[in-house]
Amino acid sequence: MADLLFYTFAFLTLACAVLVVVNKDAVNAAMFLIVSLVGVAGLFVLLDAALLAFVLLLVYAGAVVALFLFIIMLLDTTPGSLKPFKAATIAASALGGALLALGVVSLYQRAVLPSPAVATTAPTLKAYAQQLFTTYLLPVQVVGFLLLIAMLGVIVLSKKFEVKEDAS
Amino acid sequence: MITPVLATIGLNTYVAVSAVLFAIGFFGVLLRKNTLVVYMCLELMLIASTLALAAFSHFNGTLDGNVFVFFILTIAAAEVAVGLAIIVALFRQRHTVQVEELNQLKH
Repeated sequence: MADLLFYTFAFLTLACAVLVVVNKDAVNAAMFLIVSLVGVAGLFVLLDAALLAFVLLLVYAGAVVALFLFIIMLLDTTPGSLKPFKAATIAASALGGALLALGVVSLYQRAVLPSPAVATTAPTLKAYAQQLFTTYLLPVQVVGFLLLIAMLGVIVLSKKFEVKEDAS
Repeated sequence: MITPVLATIGLNTYVAVSAVLFAIGFFGVLLRKNTLVVYMCLELMLIASTLALAAFSHFNGTLDGNVFVFFILTIAAAEVAVGLAIIVALFRQRHTVQVEELNQLKH
């Protein structure tokens, strides 16, 4: 049962990721990004990280993709001309695909990865809070400061500054 | 809470899914011409890395990877906000978001 769920969510994730890449319309790409994120959230649930799945859907599908759609509507871009790819791009893609296939094959044949951890209980919200407020206290502060800086940066970037001529 | 007691999916498979997802995002960055879609593919790559982190954390029985995913999600949110602001500012200046037309630095 869990295997079937895994294959369903993995297929959903990968198929919709491909559709994000090949879609000509940016709005459709954003929609398929949402479905792909739902698949990743399902995989998180299968990994006993239901809280992460919730946060992923909240932050990504709720905020990030909404922001993307807002910007797409705002810019109102026409679908660009599909020029043929350069030879260098095709070569880089082929090389990248070959390296990926090599990596996956060697992962299955050689890698000694740990077997499933024995009888670990699913991490609770309390465990996350314990970690975040003891071990990772400084990174939490730093990330909060980063969010503040990002907010200020966005305000500065999107504000139109008047150029004063008689600057002394 | 779902506890996949009978699950036979190993860490290899999760890491393979994560690698393929990362590769799809990478190809999107390489092949697409629309800056917004390139940005979405960057997000796909970021999500693939979080999937790998969560899988490693689960199969090692620790919580560190999951906590790291929290930080990645936060930083991704900040990154999207700043990046989209840059794209809007760029569109105001050049009136295009196509990558091949944004080549002023080359000349």
